[in-house]
Amino acid sequence: MGYREKAEVMDAEAMDRALTRIAHEILEANKGASGIALAGIMTRGVDMAGRLAERIGRIEGTTVPVGSLDISFYRDDVATRLSPEVHTTDIPYEVEDRTIVLVDDVLYTGRTIRAAMDAIMDYGRPAAVQLAVLVDRGHRELPIRADFVGKNVPTARRERVKVLLAEHDGRDAVVILEDDGRGVE
Amino acid sequence: MTLSAKHIMTMDDLTPEDITLILDTAESFAEVNQRRIKKLPTLRGRTIVNLFFEPSTRTRMSFEIASKRLSADGVNFTASSSATVKGETLRDTAKTLAAMACDMVIVRHKYAGAPQMLAEVMDCPIVNGGDGVHQHPTQALLDLYTMRQSLGKLEGLRVGIVGDVCHSRVAGSLVPALNKVGATPIIIGPPTLMPARPDILGAEVSYDLDEVLPTLDVAYLLRVQFERAERMPFPSNREYAMLYGMNPTRLAKLPSHAVVMHPGPMNRGVEISADVADSPRSVILDQVESGVAVRMAVMYLLLGGADSGAAA
Amino acid sequence: MALLLKGGRVVDAAAELDAVLDVLVVDGVIAGVGEELDAPGAEIIDCAEKIILPGLADIHVHLREPGQEYKETIASGTRAAAHGGFTAVACMPNTKPVCDSGSKVRFVVERAAADGVVRVYPIGAITAGQTGEQLAEIGDMIAEGAVAFSDDGHGVQSAGMTRVAMDYVKRFGAPLIAHCEDESLAGDGVVNEGVVSTRMGMRGIPAAAEETMVARDIALAELTGCRLHLAHLSTARSLALVREAKARGTAVTCEVTPHHLFLDEDDLVTYDTNLKMNPPLRTAADREALVAGLLDGTVDAIATDHAPHAVHEKELEFELSPNGTTGLETALSLVNTHLVAKDVLDWAAVTRLMCHGPRAAANLPEMRLEAGFPADITIVDPEARVEVTAEWFESRSRNSAFLGQSLLGRASDVLVGGEWVVRKSKVIA
Repeated sequence: MGYREKAEVMDAEAMDRALTRIAHEILEANKGASGIALAGIMTRGVDMAGRLAERIGRIEGTTVPVGSLDISFYRDDVATRLSPEVHTTDIPYEVEDRTIVLVDDVLYTGRTIRAAMDAIMDYGRPAAVQLAVLVDRGHRELPIRADFVGKNVPTARRERVKVLLAEHDGRDAVVILEDDGRGVE
Repeated sequence: MTLSAKHIMTMDDLTPEDITLILDTAESFAEVNQRRIKKLPTLRGRTIVNLFFEPSTRTRMSFEIASKRLSADGVNFTASSSATVKGETLRDTAKTLAAMACDMVIVRHKYAGAPQMLAEVMDCPIVNGGDGVHQHPTQALLDLYTMRQSLGKLEGLRVGIVGDVCHSRVAGSLVPALNKVGATPIIIGPPTLMPARPDILGAEVSYDLDEVLPTLDVAYLLRVQFERAERMPFPSNREYAMLYGMNPTRLAKLPSHAVVMHPGPMNRGVEISADVADSPRSVILDQVESGVAVRMAVMYLLLGGADSGAAA
Repeated sequence: MALLLKGGRVVDAAAELDAVLDVLVVDGVIAGVGEELDAPGAEIIDCAEKIILPGLADIHVHLREPGQEYKETIASGTRAAAHGGFTAVACMPNTKPVCDSGSKVRFVVERAAADGVVRVYPIGAITAGQTGEQLAEIGDMIAEGAVAFSDDGHGVQSAGMTRVAMDYVKRFGAPLIAHCEDESLAGDGVVNEGVVSTRMGMRGIPAAAEETMVARDIALAELTGCRLHLAHLSTARSLALVREAKARGTAVTCEVTPHHLFLDEDDLVTYDTNLKMNPPLRTAADREALVAGLLDGTVDAIATDHAPHAVHEKELEFELSPNGTTGLETALSLVNTHLVAKDVLDWAAVTRLMCHGPRAAANLPEMRLEAGFPADITIVDPEARVEVTAEWFESRSRNSAFLGQSLLGRASDVLVGGEWVVRKSKVIA
């Protein structure tokens, strides 16, 4: 399907503020940075996790370990939808007894998070798993909620929410895309 | 990206892009194989049949571990080819399996063309686990993977495939595989162990190992398959080892970066001496390790995304 | 009873005929061949646009009876022969048991008299049980009607044994038919050694496995003076050896099969077991040399090596499945499609290669379109289309290497001894 940009729901400044707020909330909820580690979900969640870690580091003056999680092999729809590109998971810290904050750009059906939880469990038994997302667009299909949310954005199912990042897209923004009616590309 | 192939019966089924995709995907699985919990839910509920008509320990185990690590239900069917000659034909076996709705068949058979025969009757993907002296494509893929890991690239490599080329399904797949990725295969051995027309395989041919050694990036020793030869193709093991066996003297003639490979099982003292097999230059155990990751990648790519129409 | 075949193109190299003529048949015998024959009371058969040939003979056929009636019987095999335009076949002795004694020859003769649609001439085994070890009872078999002797299927490996056989057979004036294959060279091979064996990963049979035996048998024929007929030659060099021997005046004849003439190893792209035969399909260059041999007289006969096998046998792995393709029902159509319709051969040459040559080589009675000869006549519709499907065959088996092909021309009507066995392309016997 072709998509066109319908509305911008966050600009660079709003995104920056939201990330900073999430960083503070994570520290507050966990009473500091010790014992926590971030796990970004491929691919944009990894960039978000990096940005959060950088902010946490600034606030606390410590380094938070960051890993990247590819959930291709944990998806519940392997049979019908192959991941376009498989990345290698890299969790450079012990998961055992740590509080793992999963980081993703958009929370939608919850299936990706379900897969990410399975994936992280295969590395060990974390003390707790929390979830941070920049945008929650609703339409959950599983009993999953985020602990830290940048912005709630009500959407229709036919729409898409896309997080643009300066390093990939030239600017920071969150936009809503809608079907341009031109059908399958 | 998806594979262009439905089956992997010969290297002809795969494009260079397919090969790259399989090797890249295998890297992700190699990471999984380093974990404490080496299991993924990816192919839960899928049934993968290991149809082995020829004795095999290594290949069957490698496929079996791969399917288990992906949470597929692996079923082993082992039968001797001769038993099926007198009783049920291969075609009947294939129809039976098709009726049981299995999702993938790995087939190892004494005779060339068995995978094609299965594919005529069955709808599911067929992976050739070695057919006669014809092809063994997953072995070639894991060999490419190992070479890429060890040497950092495939393009431009000179790979000497030494020994029993005419009875080797490993060579049958590795030669075309190397050609597809831009490497140069050189087959080396006595004329009695060469195929009738080595030229059509796209390999350089040499009868003199010592002459070629200094130019190689990989020395790939083949197992001498005494059991397949109609009559002894050389005077003695001693003379074979003298002319074509990999030993410390020959190892010294290889460039310092070059590695030694062998598909196993080895005839120590014939095509490879024990000290070379166990030396740091040997990546033979890396090949075994790569085998599981490459076979996981093959299963994942063949079974995932079947008929995927929807874009992400 | 009288039949008048009216207005067909009558072709017979032996009778030096090629003209639109009438053929009159009275009481199973040809009564006359000429222009505008008048025969009051005779049934008139309009043969306009048809080719009238002396009855074709296939001297290399496996009828499988006794012993393997699930593949073919004398009844079904001779129906197939008639369907393909043949009025006579010579059948190979590798039945179960092997046809190696007078009583076994008599069985074939008697069964053929009872069930046969066309004439059947048994070929006896050279050695007892075709084991290559001891002479079979050649004289007894001659007495019961064997026309020639062969260990077809194997070939006699020992030169010494072959020499003894040739010396003995010579006394009866019958030809020895050689299956030329050195088994120590052929080994477990299943395809031609070369490109295909390398590409498909199967063991090869080198051309030399045949050629060394051709050379040996020619030398032994020259040594003994026995008539030698070489079966199913498949390579250029084999024909070259025959050409040289004929030039020396050696009493040697040879045959080639339609599958070696019209297929080659490049057709083996899948593991289609209907293309597995012995000798194997050779190279395109060999195939061209065989066609050249038809033209220059080196080849005496086109013979089909009709080798029926049941579906379950041919459905095996390539290396396990038995050798052979059926051939009786496609040979004439193939020859027309690839040779006559393309002006490579004329119909007179077809009578040499499919009637007179084979009959002489295998010691079958001569057959001509001349007054006084039995009315064994093959009438060809050269424009008819033949779709080679499983349903086309009268044979019990369908293992044809030509399945799926669309061919031009077929036998429309066949007379054996003045009796119709095929009318309007249907076997009616």
